[in-house]
Amino acid sequence: MTTSINTLPLKDRLLSLFYENLPHIKGNATPAANRLREMALAAFERQGFPNPKMENWRFSDISQLLETEFAFDFHNQSRPFDIEKIFTCDVYDLDTFSVTLLNGWFVYKNAPLTRLSNGTIIGSLAKAMEVYPEIVDEYLGKAASAEKSGLVALNTAFIQDGLFIYVPEGVTLEKPIQLINIVDSQVPLLLQPRHMLIAEKGSNVTLVNCDHSLTHNVSLTNTVMEVFAHPEAIVDHYKIQNKGKNSALFTNTFFHLQKKSQVSSNIITLNGGFTRNNLHVTLQETETHADLNGLYLVDRNQHVDNQVFIDHAAQGCFSNQLFKGILDDQARAVFSGKIMVRREAQQTLAYQNNKNLLLTDEAKVNTQPHLEIYADDVKCSHGATVGQLDPEAMFYLRSRGISEKSARQLMMLAFADEVVQKISIEALRQRIGSMVERRLKGELSICDQCVLHCNDKGPTTFNIDMSKI
Amino acid sequence: MEDKNNDILEEVTGSEYKYGFYTDVEMEQAPKGLTEDTIRFISAKKNEPEFMLNIRLKAFRHWQTLKEPRWAHVQYPPIDYQDIIYYSAPLKKPKLESLNEVDPELLETFEKLGIPLEEQKMLAGVAVDAVMDSVSVATTFRSTLAEKGVIFCSFSEAVQEYPELIKKYMGTVVPYTDNFFAALNTAVFSDGSFVFIPKGVKCPLELSTYFRINAANTGQFERTLIVAEEGSYVSYMEGCTAPIRDENQLHAAIVEIIAHKDAEVKYSTVQNWWPGDKEGKGGVYNFVTKRGICEGENSKISWTQVETGSAITWKYPSLILRGDNSTGEFYSVAVTNNHQQADTGTKMIHLGKNTRSTIISKGISAGFSNNSYRGLVKTTRKAENARNFSQCDSLLLGDKCGAHTFPYIEVGNRSSIVEHEATTSKISEDQLFYCLQRGIDMESAIGLIVNGYAKEVLSKLPMEFAVEAQKLLSISLEGSVG
Amino acid sequence: MLSIKDLSVSINGKTILDGFNLEVKAGEVHAIMGPNGTGKSTLASVIAGRDMFDVDRGEITYRGQNLLEMAPEIRAREGIFLGFQYPVEIPGVSMASFMRTAINEKRKHLGLEPMSGAEFLKLMEEKKKLVEIHSKLTNRSVNEGFSGGEKKKNEIFQMALLEPRLAILDETDSGLDIDALKVVANGVNKLRSPENATIIITHYQRLLDFIIPDYVHVLFDGRIVKSGDKSLALELESKGYEWVKKEANMAAAH
Repeated sequence: MTTSINTLPLKDRLLSLFYENLPHIKGNATPAANRLREMALAAFERQGFPNPKMENWRFSDISQLLETEFAFDFHNQSRPFDIEKIFTCDVYDLDTFSVTLLNGWFVYKNAPLTRLSNGTIIGSLAKAMEVYPEIVDEYLGKAASAEKSGLVALNTAFIQDGLFIYVPEGVTLEKPIQLINIVDSQVPLLLQPRHMLIAEKGSNVTLVNCDHSLTHNVSLTNTVMEVFAHPEAIVDHYKIQNKGKNSALFTNTFFHLQKKSQVSSNIITLNGGFTRNNLHVTLQETETHADLNGLYLVDRNQHVDNQVFIDHAAQGCFSNQLFKGILDDQARAVFSGKIMVRREAQQTLAYQNNKNLLLTDEAKVNTQPHLEIYADDVKCSHGATVGQLDPEAMFYLRSRGISEKSARQLMMLAFADEVVQKISIEALRQRIGSMVERRLKGELSICDQCVLHCNDKGPTTFNIDMSKI
Repeated sequence: MEDKNNDILEEVTGSEYKYGFYTDVEMEQAPKGLTEDTIRFISAKKNEPEFMLNIRLKAFRHWQTLKEPRWAHVQYPPIDYQDIIYYSAPLKKPKLESLNEVDPELLETFEKLGIPLEEQKMLAGVAVDAVMDSVSVATTFRSTLAEKGVIFCSFSEAVQEYPELIKKYMGTVVPYTDNFFAALNTAVFSDGSFVFIPKGVKCPLELSTYFRINAANTGQFERTLIVAEEGSYVSYMEGCTAPIRDENQLHAAIVEIIAHKDAEVKYSTVQNWWPGDKEGKGGVYNFVTKRGICEGENSKISWTQVETGSAITWKYPSLILRGDNSTGEFYSVAVTNNHQQADTGTKMIHLGKNTRSTIISKGISAGFSNNSYRGLVKTTRKAENARNFSQCDSLLLGDKCGAHTFPYIEVGNRSSIVEHEATTSKISEDQLFYCLQRGIDMESAIGLIVNGYAKEVLSKLPMEFAVEAQKLLSISLEGSVG
Repeated sequence: MLSIKDLSVSINGKTILDGFNLEVKAGEVHAIMGPNGTGKSTLASVIAGRDMFDVDRGEITYRGQNLLEMAPEIRAREGIFLGFQYPVEIPGVSMASFMRTAINEKRKHLGLEPMSGAEFLKLMEEKKKLVEIHSKLTNRSVNEGFSGGEKKKNEIFQMALLEPRLAILDETDSGLDIDALKVVANGVNKLRSPENATIIITHYQRLLDFIIPDYVHVLFDGRIVKSGDKSLALELESKGYEWVKKEANMAAAH
């Protein structure tokens, strides 16, 4: 059953729906999770949705989006089914553990939760709360604080399902885990998956996260993911966002790093109506390493907003941020990267760079690379540029006989390639590299990998017009 | 080495504020507090025309609707605006005919400050307007300037003598609606400087104003207005000091600059208000709104500031580049030590075509201080081919201070190029060691390195100021290394 | 091959070339010398099609075509090569993909089939030897992190790959040590043929010890004030440019 929500403001609707559906929402969640949701609901009631008066939301106005009459799935509609039949998100030569969420609910072929022979647990969070309550309770809400974000509070209040990954001590997963988030609904849907990834001491895991929409209906995804990297663990996270123009995506990702752990995050935004990525990285213990990359290629009215907060809370940690974007038409990009270096975080190395190419006068970039530093033995730098392709380089290429169009393509690819090269899995790098290339050449559509459900008139194509630079 | 450095840091950052004397001159003051009556009192004392009283009252009424801004990265207890004296003037004869008539105690004050008020020192070629506790006490060199048609006088005199110019320009760059402190200033401002450079005139002298807060519990609210007509040029310098007091003093100034076609204005500040003692007691709260507009084509305004004083600094000398091909520059060295807090930077608003702006900011933090750069670079859709380059570096001396950088970049057209770079680091051990190895002691080495670090900005200051600024830097920072 | 007549060029209203004339025939090597700021690099840029300059007067014909009407890439595909004085760094664009694109676009222009990857690699290896380039350079981004000498060698390497009809070498000798200079000169000499021509722009005659020019021209105040054979270069070396300047000024006074 899809519960339709009437005409109250969205915040009020959600508050009343919470109580009306409480038994369903609670489901088989652990008592601790249910206590957490009560607190989170109060936090959401207090904070509400973000608005442009908030410093971090000045350039991203979601008020119109919030006027949508969203529906909300409190019941798992999905049934065991064969995901390959509707969707393949294939990466050649890349063998993955593939898991799928449909409208925020875990879908599966055999069992909702798999335990591999090496002890790794992959599956539905709802099921994990039943089978491994002690693990869930130890971590849930520990990295993502509902007190500081209305969106996190809202997600936490409505926790039902999502992806749960537990990698035991010393285990290296040979295959990446691939999470495919699909939204498929005939009515505007608000969904809030909740993910957890726990990488125990010395473990090594790669998660590839693909966000897709199968229809062109309005949807709002407000997802929270908590990643816990125990000492010496290595976690690589890739997010590929290729969504329809009517979809709004809020991702709130929290990384919590313990001693000598290493995390990388790569967010590739190829399409989307409104995309907001909140990335919160806490370098809690010494000698941790965080590498955060982003690439956004947006056109028409697309809006992409990356907010990165890196908290250097311990000595001898390293962080690097590289976010690059190309904007065409009336697209808008916002970047806000904050590096906080606390008093005890001596010997910090923290770097940040945001580079943008603007192709039209209507496109707009707001960038805020901020540093807040309280320790002295640090090396921190940040840079931000907004501009066009270097005319010197353009001339150099043309003087070698390369046409203006090819020269622009070469330069734009080279611009984007700096981020693509950060991808450490060869097959994935090639795959994403080719997606970026096709995106820049106007050959990529959001229906690219979709076999069914294309009820709209043909695939939408996106074209970055090279002649406009 | 680390520990030793810290010892030296603590030893040397103890260097005393040398401008902390208090001058015992007879004062005339308004009663404490701020009401419409206070404003009428100030206006009456200054024998102002009605238009000025009306501006003040409008500003006051607007101010009452505003809240004090708290978004800056600074912390201070609430200010009781009713516990401040809004007018305090040295008692003096109604009009001074020559310097000989200035209260000798005042002259002595300015001599201690190193202001070349006497005739011989004037030969140094600097025309000075000195403002003490809100009231302009002497302006030198007026006749030399008058020959060229340059007007350089106190704001009060300008209100009396050039009301049309004041009406035309005052509040056009910083309207009283701009912000809380701008409204407050417009309501209660007591004096300041007025500069008018007529068409085609290169001002033959560097103009200079020294501001000093003297009386206790007094706010200083001066305003400066500089108008440079077509093709004119002026270089203007501003210096600030205050005596040592336990309580905090409020300074909320406004500076407005208008540069017409082909005009150039260079504005330099050495701000050395009393920063408070080593425990963070006392010091000036410096909330200043400075803004210039490059109104005409090819005009240019540059801000150069050396900020070493004040307990709290809230100051963003900004530029609106409206004229095509106009140029804006901002060069800043901000030093904070002990418990000082500074949140300073600039805004460059590009409206015209081919407008250029450069921002060079060097922050130096020591002791328990916090030093923030906050800046906005905005190019509107019509500002084709706008260019900005920003470089904002921070140097940390000691492990208890903070250095922060908050740039905001908004680009609204495709032909703009905006580049921002920033680095934060501590003073280089290698450089220090190199100096030490050559026999230079730690204190001098730090002085050398910091001056070298700030050189790009210091070199933009007029000669007279550069020397003073270098000394100030050394005094504020000798040996401050962690 | 190249005929420049009464060429006047300015930038932002400032005239740089003023009534410049030059004839270059196939098989010839011309050296253009002159003090700094006389318009040598401007000449090279205008021939290659840099659009920051305004051509106020005059014409440039290249193999019977009006060169000034051609886009820079068309000029390149027609065989004009500019060895830059300051080759720009292009991060992210690899040398191999850069040159392969250039060669294939040229081949397309000439109605030839594109070169296969294998053929191209073979060609690259061959030409690398010619300019004594280390194999690693070609795996890197265009000019990125190259030393001054490497950048200049890389220009000659590209010239070897593109096999131009008319090569213009703009201060290719500046900043080179004697060994690198020899490598560069050697590369240029090996590429010399009766079908192509070279214009060498230089400040010193040092490079001309290794690449013997047929003609030497002295550029001053935006035009050629003196022409001669290679002995003129030697004369300039010993007497300096003041001598030519004086002569030019005297001529102007008459």
